[in-house]
Amino acid sequence: MSLRNRELATLIAAGLIVTLGFASVYLAQQSTISSASVSYIAIFLGLYLVAHIVTRFQLPYADPYLLPLATLMTGIGVTLIYRLDPDLALRQGVWVALGLILFIAGVLLINDYRRLESVKYTLGIAAVVLLLLPAIPGFGRTINGATLWVDLGPFVFQPGEFAKILIVLFLAGYLRDRRDVLRGTRWYHLPPLRHLGPLLIVWGATIVVLILTNDLGGGLLYFSVFLAMLYIATGRLLYVIGGLGLFAVGALAVYRITPHVADRVSIWLDPWSDPSGTGYQLVQSIYAISSGGLFGSGLGRGALFTPDGSTYIPFLETDFIYSALVQELGLAGGSALLMVFVLFVYRGFRVAMQADDGFSKLLVGGLTATFAIQAFLILGGVTGLIPLTGITLPFVSYGGSSVVANLLLLALILSVSDRANRRMLGVPDRGLVRFGEPTR
Amino acid sequence: MNTELRRLFLLFSVLFAALVAVGTYWLWRSPSLEARQGNPTQLIRDITIKRGLIYASDGETILARNRGREISGRRWFLRRYPAQDLTAHVVGYSTLERSRTGLEESMNDFLTGSNSNLATIIEKARARFGGEVREGNDLVLTIDAEAQAVALEQLRGTCGSIVALEPASGRVLVMASRPSYDSNLTSQRFDEILGQRGPCTPAAPLLNRATQGLYPPGSTFKVVTATAALDTGLHTPESSFFDRGYCIEYGQRVFNYSDQNGPQQFGQVSLSESIENSINAVFCDIGQELGTDTLLEYARRFGFYERPQLETPEEERVASGLYEDGELFEPRLESDVDVGRLAFGQERLLATPLQMAQVAATVANDGVRMDPFVVDRILKPDGSVLSRTEPESAERVMTRRTAGELTAMMERAVASGTGRRAQIPGVRVAGKTGTAETGRDDLNDVWFIGFAPVDRPTLAIAVAISDQEGTGGGLAAPKAKEVMEVLLR
Repeated sequence: MSLRNRELATLIAAGLIVTLGFASVYLAQQSTISSASVSYIAIFLGLYLVAHIVTRFQLPYADPYLLPLATLMTGIGVTLIYRLDPDLALRQGVWVALGLILFIAGVLLINDYRRLESVKYTLGIAAVVLLLLPAIPGFGRTINGATLWVDLGPFVFQPGEFAKILIVLFLAGYLRDRRDVLRGTRWYHLPPLRHLGPLLIVWGATIVVLILTNDLGGGLLYFSVFLAMLYIATGRLLYVIGGLGLFAVGALAVYRITPHVADRVSIWLDPWSDPSGTGYQLVQSIYAISSGGLFGSGLGRGALFTPDGSTYIPFLETDFIYSALVQELGLAGGSALLMVFVLFVYRGFRVAMQADDGFSKLLVGGLTATFAIQAFLILGGVTGLIPLTGITLPFVSYGGSSVVANLLLLALILSVSDRANRRMLGVPDRGLVRFGEPTR
Repeated sequence: MNTELRRLFLLFSVLFAALVAVGTYWLWRSPSLEARQGNPTQLIRDITIKRGLIYASDGETILARNRGREISGRRWFLRRYPAQDLTAHVVGYSTLERSRTGLEESMNDFLTGSNSNLATIIEKARARFGGEVREGNDLVLTIDAEAQAVALEQLRGTCGSIVALEPASGRVLVMASRPSYDSNLTSQRFDEILGQRGPCTPAAPLLNRATQGLYPPGSTFKVVTATAALDTGLHTPESSFFDRGYCIEYGQRVFNYSDQNGPQQFGQVSLSESIENSINAVFCDIGQELGTDTLLEYARRFGFYERPQLETPEEERVASGLYEDGELFEPRLESDVDVGRLAFGQERLLATPLQMAQVAATVANDGVRMDPFVVDRILKPDGSVLSRTEPESAERVMTRRTAGELTAMMERAVASGTGRRAQIPGVRVAGKTGTAETGRDDLNDVWFIGFAPVDRPTLAIAVAISDQEGTGGGLAAPKAKEVMEVLLR
């Protein structure tokens, strides 16, 4: 079977799973849900089919499983949001549509992603600007204690979600350039300060952003991704350990300065010290997870709403969507979703390993690590494994910026994959055959 | 770089495996977490189930039903108790606001239909996927609604309890406790229940005095002492005693009590006459002859020292026996217990009304004690019978002959002794009164235990009222009569 036919078959399988989930929510809640809303799923899956057709023509050699896995994750997300609030699901559907349009545009317009390497500093500066946007007074908006959103009139926009891709692009370019200098020849090698400088700047910027926007999750994410990429580039554990040490120093300082961070840590250490106050979110999340049992209550049948119609867990459709999933689909459903995440990470790293140049490897490795770390931070947070930091679950959580950014991330990985596989198979690069250009 | 990528993937795999592990850990912890206050899952799960109804023994009088309400697109079922305070203690309550009690708690699995057998699991799975409302199983109790109402009326203005059993089966016909409360107040106006005042302090309206109320049984315990005396062969009903008006315990004189019928000193009497007139001094002597071990051994046979069987929650039933500092007390030496006083139901002996009803029922049932039960049958939502309680005997307490001799003595106690006010025209009633000193301002806990009709007993009864200025014969016996009359109709 050709790669694209494999993609189609897996896509259909993912579509069936999502349809089944949607149908079961509808059946459980017919009394309150209009039958018209069932059509959302058809439109949703239709869009993914269009995305598939575009990859068929534009990226025929790309990894066949990443798109279906993304379909499954966004599909599970929309199903859960639909279960919580059908109107919100419609809006998420619109965001997925927009994200897929940008995905398609990205695939069509960027013939060779490697060109991005030449503008890495521009991208890096753009990332910092994006990150600082919400901190501009009158422009940013604070939700749940963190200033991560920019008010754009009809909707709010979370620049951090896009900044993370730009940061990875910048780091991939930068690290590929300085790789040998940074790596050295000995494990205890310490590079000259001028090479280390920009990295220290990144570290400092992370902490500054963290303080300015009160975004513990974001700070942790950017810094972890930075360390992961540094490790991929140099293979030096010393950097990772040193980086972690630096982060610990920074975190301790922040811990001392901001009560927000200190609260998060003490809640994590003992959620039940104040179960109806500061620990409420985490305690309710743990209740939802523990009472889901092995197979859950069934979609649409969990104990998520209070008698007055609000949810027991605040931010259930965004940060805590995994808790809702485990409550209704059980440990089995939760583990299945985790498996999907691991598969996505696996395919991502596989693409990185197949790529034959450093920039591509660092780019895909970094993007995949971003996905994995972000997922782990929030999943670990809502299950009480690590201190809770507010951050979205990639592809699954409700949130326009998050979905759109992650679909762009997918477009980049697929572009790299297509090129890598062409190289391995000896097929000419796509930029060279398109638009009637002569082949070499 | 590929080595690093591979290692990084390994790290992420481990991290995600840790997420599965932590999920498993919470699943494992879920039983203890569900019990925590503030965990809504169990309560919500239950309240969206249409709980089974609870009926009185006629299968028609509804003791608990549901009122459906549409909240955020789902049907919630809130419990209503049309009989209000009638069976508040046995049925208990189930609300969203607080933990359940009574049968609502102990039979929750049946009432919510979560009792598992293959058929119900399949049914539940079908209902779940169909989004149907789950329906629980109905309970039909053994409680006779009419007699229960009369019993509750008889207890009005007192702190006490009336329990009636069917001797041959152990069916609980009446289980009334005062002060009672309107079960409908439990969800929104619980403070009103807690603030209730009564003739005793604390009024404790939530307490099921039939199974949780501990009172000194007084002379009703003489039935147990007499059982031991007869069954061991130590005495016969005709055994002769000399009543000096007191007995001597550890060098101290223990006098007869005014509850007895007749003079302060009876002189030469038989055992039968001693029951009839409730002579303490005679039983004091018998107790000393028997010894603590033998006497308590017979008490145990009647069910003392163990939590009585019943479908209500375990924590709502307490064992009868000797108590010290609020704890059940097991004497090790003869000298630990003042056996003479124990023999007429004083000392530190405390008994529940259910326990004393069992004593009467055992004598009535030819000496075989039956396990009491209050749930007659469980019905499926379609009305067919899911299960029916089969009477079970706990143990033979005494020989048939001993039971016969006791019955005759207890009949005389009602016919011409202290229990005369329990007489019912045209019905042979057997019984024993009790008036126990409480040590509180000359107030007594008064008792009557008995059964009827003597030739073929259909009911056994225990009445216990605390803090009374009077005797069991004067206060408890007439109340027993009223309830027995309704049950004999």
